[in-house]
Amino acid sequence: MRRIISVLLENEAGALSRVAGLFSARGYNIESLTVAPTDDPSLSRMTIVTSGTDNIIEQITKQLNKLVDVVKLIDLTEGQHIERELMLVKVVAAGNEQREEVKRLVDIFRGRIIDVTESTYTLEMTGNGDKVDAFVQALSQVEIIEVVRSGVSGIGRGKRALSA
Amino acid sequence: MQLTGADIVVRCLQDEGIEFLFGYPGGAALHIYDALYKQDQVKHILVRHEQGATHAADGYARATGKPGVVLVTSGPGVTNTITGIATAYMDSIPMVVLTAQVPSHLIGDDAFQEVDTVGITRPCVKHNFLVGDVDSLADTLKKAFYIASSGRPGPVVVDIPKDITANLAEYAYPESVDMRSYQPRTRGHSKQVKRGVDLLLSAKKPIVYTGGGAVLGDAEDVLQKMVNMLGYPSTSTLMGLGAIPASNETFLGMLGMHGTYESNMAMHDCDVMFAVGARFDDRVTGELSKFSPNARIVQIDIDPSSIGKNVGVEVPIVGDCKEVLEQMVQLLEPRIDEIDRGEVNKWWEQINRWKSIDSLAYKTNDEKIVPQLVVERLGEITNGEAYVCSDVGQHQMWAAQYYAFEKPRRWINSGGLGTMGFGLPSAMGVQLAYPDSTVICITGDASIQMCIQELSCCLQYGLPIKVINLNNQYMGMVRQWQEFFYDRRYSHSYMDALPDFVKLAESYGHIGMRVQEPSKLDATLEEAFALTDRLVFVDVITDPTVNVYPMIAGGKGHNEMHLAPGQEEVKERELA
Repeated sequence: MRRIISVLLENEAGALSRVAGLFSARGYNIESLTVAPTDDPSLSRMTIVTSGTDNIIEQITKQLNKLVDVVKLIDLTEGQHIERELMLVKVVAAGNEQREEVKRLVDIFRGRIIDVTESTYTLEMTGNGDKVDAFVQALSQVEIIEVVRSGVSGIGRGKRALSA
Repeated sequence: MQLTGADIVVRCLQDEGIEFLFGYPGGAALHIYDALYKQDQVKHILVRHEQGATHAADGYARATGKPGVVLVTSGPGVTNTITGIATAYMDSIPMVVLTAQVPSHLIGDDAFQEVDTVGITRPCVKHNFLVGDVDSLADTLKKAFYIASSGRPGPVVVDIPKDITANLAEYAYPESVDMRSYQPRTRGHSKQVKRGVDLLLSAKKPIVYTGGGAVLGDAEDVLQKMVNMLGYPSTSTLMGLGAIPASNETFLGMLGMHGTYESNMAMHDCDVMFAVGARFDDRVTGELSKFSPNARIVQIDIDPSSIGKNVGVEVPIVGDCKEVLEQMVQLLEPRIDEIDRGEVNKWWEQINRWKSIDSLAYKTNDEKIVPQLVVERLGEITNGEAYVCSDVGQHQMWAAQYYAFEKPRRWINSGGLGTMGFGLPSAMGVQLAYPDSTVICITGDASIQMCIQELSCCLQYGLPIKVINLNNQYMGMVRQWQEFFYDRRYSHSYMDALPDFVKLAESYGHIGMRVQEPSKLDATLEEAFALTDRLVFVDVITDPTVNVYPMIAGGKGHNEMHLAPGQEEVKERELA
């Protein structure tokens, strides 16, 4: 089952490689992993999307907790949560018809065109994984030059929070 | 007053109360070695290979419970320690390894003797640090000792660039450590403790299964009190031997791949299993799908990730073995009469029938020395109270099966990683810690050659270790598996061209002895042990065909043990 694990960890050199090393050494899946400092510059927040049986997920959270740099973590998928991913897509947009079609799709998905040249559009899209996937699907008639996805960031709904 | 980083390192070791530093100098470590030269509080032990330093520190830590400390230079100094660090990591041994690094401005430059120490050690340490500036040096070392020794212990590496050992800073060693990201829990959750006690009291076919955590947590007194009070059968993993004395009435011997028949049968048939500081390793469980089908399990472990990892646990209790057992004993005492003694007695009757098979029985002869006898004699000569350091292989299993450990921290072996070459250097650490105690290294002709250079270190520091080399001219355990599972194709397991170990020991300045005839075994051992101030290397030529029994083969369950030739008939007779 797909899980989103949010981790607060010391913002220290090597902390990311400890997490990445743990996943590869124990053969756990990583679908995506994002990390950046928080409002407290001594802490980083990492969002890991992974999958596995309940036993494996339990081991993943325990092994992460065991890392000396990890302050706290939460399995967001255990409760109500919001996930967002940012995607940037560069597509061929040459003729009028094609440019119109792309713009229509972007509007439907509530994305934005953030860079324009004579022959290309660069699109920005934010949403959960399904929406971002669906947008790529919808672009099937368009020639995609490149896709950049940020990986998922997540946060709990309501008062549920992860803080040090 | 300002001190150099090198002086700060040494002051930290002094203030931490470190007795011994096991090391080997080199370019990047020279400032620290210079600082060591100016003092005599921390005794530096010069090994002959950095792997030896880590094993010696490890042996010291296992025997004393205090962290072992290592100092090596950058590059190859570090890579040579990896085996020893991984060995300590697998067995949760507290160790601090100080590694010198090339100067900060050269890091990442492929400088002479540079390796990415933090990167290369990451998968086999509890934690590691690269010191960024001299001002954080003392804090970092304090944290290193704290992390290595607390919670589930383990090795911690501190990588110190050479320029930092020359830079100046004010020195103050912190009194305590407070890390928001690392706060190990030692006390068991009271609700879980009560649930555990309830389940233990309800047992009809109980088994107490203890592991290395009981030894590391110094839980032997309360553990013995508890098993005696419960009157339940107990067994131990390879790593837990000695926490319950071999002579304790409840003790069934070791369990697992080469455990006793009664231990493994009791594990398989039990209704309640009480795991104390044991982690359900594959050498213990056998085939997981066949593991103890009816057991309801209570498990104490200080590391939550060890609970429920391989086997489902009904009552997990996270905490220090000793502390949790004390909590449990308090609850148990007033309720001890709740135990259904009638049922438990029936269970003991069953166990005693299994026991009567005598799965560790072996045959001796007048021609050749059988290795089991050597270990049994060692146990008798030393009353089960010597420090026994072993290498890895058949001799390790025989030492575990036949020595009969009466005390914890006396059995020093590489259980998790299975590191050949561990025995001799680990014995050095033990002998340094306890100069007046008997320290034995039980080894084999293959293992001993993996760190034999430390015989030189033993002479330098006058370590009167008794090396018992069970010489069967084979990598015995490899040979055994090839006999059982590879149709006797002994691929590269024969040790051709062995050295003359007696002359070798003598050339290192020690006493060498050889014994081949069973009739002379006792006299030779007695002579060796009478030389209390000398290292004696006893080359015992043993019967090469002897195998380790009983055995659970791969894919088999605890109730599918392979007994020694002849014992199957005994089993049929006894269990008929």
